[in-house]
Amino acid sequence: MDNSSGVLPVEQVKKSFYQESTNKYTGIGAWLLTKDHKRIGLMYMYAIISFFVVGAIIGLLMRLELLSPGGKLFSAQTYNSLFTLHGVIMIFLFIIPGIPAIFGNFFLPIQIGARDVAFPRLNLLSWYVYITGAILALTSLFLPGGPIDTGWTFYIPYSVRSGTNVSLALFAAFVLGFSSILTGINFVTTVHRLRGKGMTFFKMPLFVWATYATAWIQIIATPVIAITILLVIIERAFGVGIFDPALGGDPILFQHLFWIYSHPAVYIMILPAMGVVSEIIPTFSRRTIFGYKQIAYSSLAIAFIGYLVWGHHMFSSGQSDLSNMIFSLLTFLVALPSGVKIFNWVATMYKGSIDPQPPFLWVMSFIVLFSIGGLTGLVLGSLATDIHLTDTYFVVAHFHYVMFGGTGTIFIAAMHYWFPKMFGKMYNIKCANVAVVLYFIGFNMLYFPKFIMGYMGMPRRYYNYLPMYTPYQRISTYGSWILVGTIFFIIGYFVYAYYRGKKATSNPWGGVTLEWHIQSPPIMENFETLPVITHDPYDFSQLKEMKNE
Amino acid sequence: MSGNKHHIGYGTYVIVWIALLAFTAITVTIAGVSLGRYTLFIALLIAAIKSALVINIFMHIKFDEPIFKIFLALSGTTILIIFVLTFVDILYR
Amino acid sequence: MSDHENVLDHKVHRDDVGAKMGMWLFLFTEVLLFGGMFLIYAVYRYQYPEQFHIAAMELNTNIGTLNTIILLTSSLTVALSIAALQKGNKLLSMIMLGTTIVLAVLFLVNKFFEWSTKFAHGIYPGSSILTSKPNGQILFFGLYYVMTGLHAIHVIIGMVILAFMLNFIKRNKVTTDNYVKLENSGLYWHLVDLIWIFLFPLFYLIQ
Repeated sequence: MDNSSGVLPVEQVKKSFYQESTNKYTGIGAWLLTKDHKRIGLMYMYAIISFFVVGAIIGLLMRLELLSPGGKLFSAQTYNSLFTLHGVIMIFLFIIPGIPAIFGNFFLPIQIGARDVAFPRLNLLSWYVYITGAILALTSLFLPGGPIDTGWTFYIPYSVRSGTNVSLALFAAFVLGFSSILTGINFVTTVHRLRGKGMTFFKMPLFVWATYATAWIQIIATPVIAITILLVIIERAFGVGIFDPALGGDPILFQHLFWIYSHPAVYIMILPAMGVVSEIIPTFSRRTIFGYKQIAYSSLAIAFIGYLVWGHHMFSSGQSDLSNMIFSLLTFLVALPSGVKIFNWVATMYKGSIDPQPPFLWVMSFIVLFSIGGLTGLVLGSLATDIHLTDTYFVVAHFHYVMFGGTGTIFIAAMHYWFPKMFGKMYNIKCANVAVVLYFIGFNMLYFPKFIMGYMGMPRRYYNYLPMYTPYQRISTYGSWILVGTIFFIIGYFVYAYYRGKKATSNPWGGVTLEWHIQSPPIMENFETLPVITHDPYDFSQLKEMKNE
Repeated sequence: MSGNKHHIGYGTYVIVWIALLAFTAITVTIAGVSLGRYTLFIALLIAAIKSALVINIFMHIKFDEPIFKIFLALSGTTILIIFVLTFVDILYR
Repeated sequence: MSDHENVLDHKVHRDDVGAKMGMWLFLFTEVLLFGGMFLIYAVYRYQYPEQFHIAAMELNTNIGTLNTIILLTSSLTVALSIAALQKGNKLLSMIMLGTTIVLAVLFLVNKFFEWSTKFAHGIYPGSSILTSKPNGQILFFGLYYVMTGLHAIHVIIGMVILAFMLNFIKRNKVTTDNYVKLENSGLYWHLVDLIWIFLFPLFYLIQ
């Protein structure tokens, strides 16, 4: 089918959700008091992207400091605060909520044929909880005591001793975790209770599967960090002996509890991204996904095994050798379900009629970046090499390739894929094609030299370095300019499209999951009559019927 | 309306309550006797029996949707995993 | 799930099973929250068995036992309250719920006296008497205060929720045909009881 332009004007038959309010208010009240999952998703989007920009600018400042050796721009203390903030903002405010809160909220109910999530009011509440947490985190920067300098990991004993606003920042993380839990509860209940007629578990789109698995991790992992954080706050406030070694506590136990959440959190970040990939690849290959059930199960497997591997963050902490070996072994097991996904995606493309539109190109760049991130993860998962590389730039490069190259890239891909559906406008395809190339170049310039510096011995979190690293640091800083420039470019053409873009059709890409059956942007409560699902999720023979609809 | 409605009578609840009090009496009495290393084990066993009573009868899980039992098993397994893997470190450090 | 179909097609729908599912999921997060603390307890008890033994001597088993009985009874009354409402006996339901709240207050009063006795003996976080004790005992009392304290906060929250339910029943917002809110509040209250069932032997019965 020919829809490469994607901008054929269509007569909008029904008022979209932008034009109808769920409550008696209009204007800003219609947004701030809405119970509509789509509006809440968009409210998350504006907040999350704002925080992402803040985090990116802090990252840019750090790179600027490292342009040349000597530490001329910031003091060591300022640099400590910068990397802590960069980590806290990017992890707690951007990557963890990112895809589930925005695209999960917007598309999960639509994709299963529901009018909304199971608990719409709770959904709005979790947005407010999220914003509260974010405000608390930002407040901790400006109060006397100064911005936190512990690193985002808050390791004991320094987090008990540091005079900076650690308690407030920890409380912010606690509040954000609460928001995450509420979203998880909402999504699990929605998937169990509100699937449309005929929408069996194995007819659900893979994005729903991935979000469902993620929601489970949010429910069963987040409470552990909540209590850990709470205990550190109590320890700081009342001098209760829990973790502080001066009172007999065990700092390694803190690390266990911290990573019991924070490792599964890595999968909270990456699983929804993998779900988006499983949506985009079949749509642009015009082929049903290869190994649907395997991909669905592999999401659950990743969620499960991901729960068993937290100890690989602690190889050099002094935990027992037996633990090191067990956790190393379990870590390698995660590669299996991840590999299942990668191979199934590639097999889906094989002999498909590929239409290289921007979302697809972003996914291609994801596959390269994420594979580099994943494979270097194996290097770190092996005990012997990890001892050499731990706390060096190698680790920094690895998790940026996985988190940013993986989840971050797919976040942008999802924006490109669903933008026409969410806003009813089409962005400039040529701009998007240029952006993906610039992004790929900038990204690799920024992070690849860190692998090299890492195995040369450059430690992470230093504001200064030996002259021998200068050329690599330079390339890296130049890359950061390209990358951040590209991100602003992307935001720019999206904003332009929002105001001036051409109208998008209801199905610009030729997708077949339920969101492409309804108009762009969707109406309030998504469907005029609730759909009855008869097809498999990626059955492209539907496209003919859809044209006649 | 709740799909599987199974109302439990007052009598059942009172019987369960008496059983819970009885187990409390047993566990307090046993705590006074020195059983060495089994003390903790027995105390936890009795606590487990008591919580099984509360979960099954008071909290109705025995009569509710089967999926709730699966959820319960999932959260129980999670706690078990956390304990086992942490103690692999603590016991062999 | 016979109600599944008609749940979907109404603009304002009511899904009691869904509401309960959400509540159970929330309870699991509570269980894991306390699970994390029980893990810390287990590790330190393993590392300092003797000190835990000595420190636990300070605790009053009688108060602990009394509070156990109070909480178990309150679990019974809240269950009876739901059963009464199911049978259409609004008055009995309200009496039982009121009794539950009174029992919760009794529990907290006991707790208050227990803690204040400890404070009077100079055993509280950061006190010179406590910090001069061996590490294992500092940790024991740290965990004692944090775990029973957090549990007490849950008791207070539960009380507030139950008070709201009492009001709802009175104003016929929670009725014989629509009592899932009361059921969910009851579930929360039973969870508070469940946690205490484990706290009790681990702190009061290790002399």
